[in-house]
Amino acid sequence: MNLRFGKSMPWLGVVLVAVVLLAVPFVAALGGQAWVRIANFAILYIFLALGLNIVVGYAGLLDLGYVAFYAVGAYTYALLASPHFGIHLPFWMILPIGAALACFFGVILGAPTLKLRGDYLAIVTLGFGEIIRIFMNNLNAPINVTNGAQGITLIDPIRFGDFSFAQTGHLFGFTISGPQKYYFLLVALAIVVIVINIRLQDSRVGRAWQAIREDEVAAKACGINTRNVKLLAFAMGASFGGIAGGVFAAMQGFVSPESFSLMESITILAMVVLGGMGHIPGVILGAVLLTALPEALRYGIEPLQRMIFGRMFLDPESLRMLVFGLALVLVMRFRPAGLWPSSQRRRELAEPAD
Amino acid sequence: MSDPNVLLEAHAVAKHFGGVKALHDVSLTIRRGDIYGLIGPNGAGKTTFFNCLTGLYRNESGHFVFDGARLAADAPHKAAAVGIARTFQNIRLFGNMTAIENVMVGRHLRTRANVFGAIFRNRATRNEEAAILRRAEELLHYVGIHERAHDYAKHLSYGDQRRLEIARALATEPKLLALDEPAAGMNGTETEALRLLVEGISRDGVTVLLIEHDVKLVMGLCTRVAVLDYGEKICEDVPAMVQRDPRVIEAYLGGSVA
Ligand SMILES: Nc1ncnc2c1ncn2[C@@H]1O[C@H](COP(=O)(O)OP(=O)(O)OP(=O)(O)O)[C@@H](O)[C@H]1O
Ligand SMILES: [Mg+2]
Repeated sequence: MNLRFGKSMPWLGVVLVAVVLLAVPFVAALGGQAWVRIANFAILYIFLALGLNIVVGYAGLLDLGYVAFYAVGAYTYALLASPHFGIHLPFWMILPIGAALACFFGVILGAPTLKLRGDYLAIVTLGFGEIIRIFMNNLNAPINVTNGAQGITLIDPIRFGDFSFAQTGHLFGFTISGPQKYYFLLVALAIVVIVINIRLQDSRVGRAWQAIREDEVAAKACGINTRNVKLLAFAMGASFGGIAGGVFAAMQGFVSPESFSLMESITILAMVVLGGMGHIPGVILGAVLLTALPEALRYGIEPLQRMIFGRMFLDPESLRMLVFGLALVLVMRFRPAGLWPSSQRRRELAEPAD
Repeated sequence: MSDPNVLLEAHAVAKHFGGVKALHDVSLTIRRGDIYGLIGPNGAGKTTFFNCLTGLYRNESGHFVFDGARLAADAPHKAAAVGIARTFQNIRLFGNMTAIENVMVGRHLRTRANVFGAIFRNRATRNEEAAILRRAEELLHYVGIHERAHDYAKHLSYGDQRRLEIARALATEPKLLALDEPAAGMNGTETEALRLLVEGISRDGVTVLLIEHDVKLVMGLCTRVAVLDYGEKICEDVPAMVQRDPRVIEAYLGGSVA
């Protein structure tokens, strides 16, 4: 871990971060609630990326279908808290159910496939991600479970008794909008996942993951049941995906299969890889950058093009892919360990293993 | 019914790779307390024997009985669990982990903290973690590389890497320690230190199975020696007798001892 801000005054760093985190939703709100929502998505992606970090960064398993677990969590929430089935369970019941279901799917997928290595695992997980999405798309007949491509609407917001996250409220004399409330909830969740990531790193299980990544044969000879330990990483990552999906559904009030495309899996993976696999600050940086990038393009490039050329040449969406690809190529070329790698990962890539 | 003094029995273990018979019905018996040497020319099947024993390869026929129970084939972590630890001919350390972390990984098998322990860091987990660290430090002392504890495994010298591999293997609390050419690439002083280490390990109650090309080391150290040649065991006896066996001299020792 490398989250120190000056060794002499560690509290100053914590206070500074806390102040910034507190200020963000209010500063962002000056530009409109849309900006608060963007900040929320950045944090949701931090959460997702750190969940995937356990699978990819710690255990070294290339998972290209992570979004499937996000989808499972989101649909679990949507089906259990919307007029679609007329079920309205409270969020504190649904989030664990979603996490458990996602975990279950993680095990179902992982158990037969974790013998596969590298590329092969990537292809199987990629296929799984697509299968889940296609299921969501087509599970509207004969029984209408997911409402197909239309998706599910009017999903209940998260609510503690009378305190609803959907409405503007008042707290200590401040006016707090719905998105701002979600912001604080997401920050709390992100802190939890950060702590979990940190603690897993120096633990018996964390060392076993690292050992498997370093040399699987030697890890087995040390008595590590590599299949189970990998499955554990997979299941944990999936559970985090499930929780993130639930929060996403509540926050948006709407889910449809479109949100769970392959592109989404790749984006989350890119956050982990670009930032610095296995390194928490790096992954956070990757998540923030890649959430901010398309927004910056949307709000920046469009007016810029109009100003210079008087009309639009490139729509932000295709430009996004272009910049995205270019950024990845450049980072992989010049900083193969990521923008902010752990010292260990830098070592791994600096000297060829002998 | 089985002899309690016997730790490991190999029963007609056979393994081939395509047309190559790497092991041809090899049977041998290792008694508790032995330092058992396994020698033979290059390609004789010594490493293959280790790999079958530790579950990295699945032998086509034959089986092992270890500590009175039949070994499950094809499950390296189970072999480690019943008490077989090994090192590798081409050293396999976790290069980007420190020496002490390597040994701590070796404690995995004998400790139990799970994910919840890791996340909540309850008292039991903290105590266990402290014990893992303490044991790892002891083992680094034991093999004599404690001053390199916080260096990355891949930065250690060749000899130290071999020692670290032994420490990591010992961390699993083995009954049988299988060493695959531990003296390869070592100079005279290092080999002598290794001899003392292996003797110490044996004195501390661990049975040792040793593959080694250094005939002097094997003959001086081992209580029993088996010789493999083209996958067949051609001789098994005390070192003095093995050295005199004409088949062994022809196949392996050549003029060097005769
Ligand atoms: N994975 C494998 N695939 C194919 N052939 C193999 C494999 N492993 C070993 N062999 C072959 O089996 C035979 C025995 O090899 P092994 O490595 O067991 O010999 P060894 O006695 O350890 O030799 P050395 O002293 O050189 O280490 C050799 O002919 C080798 O080429
Ligand atoms: Mg060999």
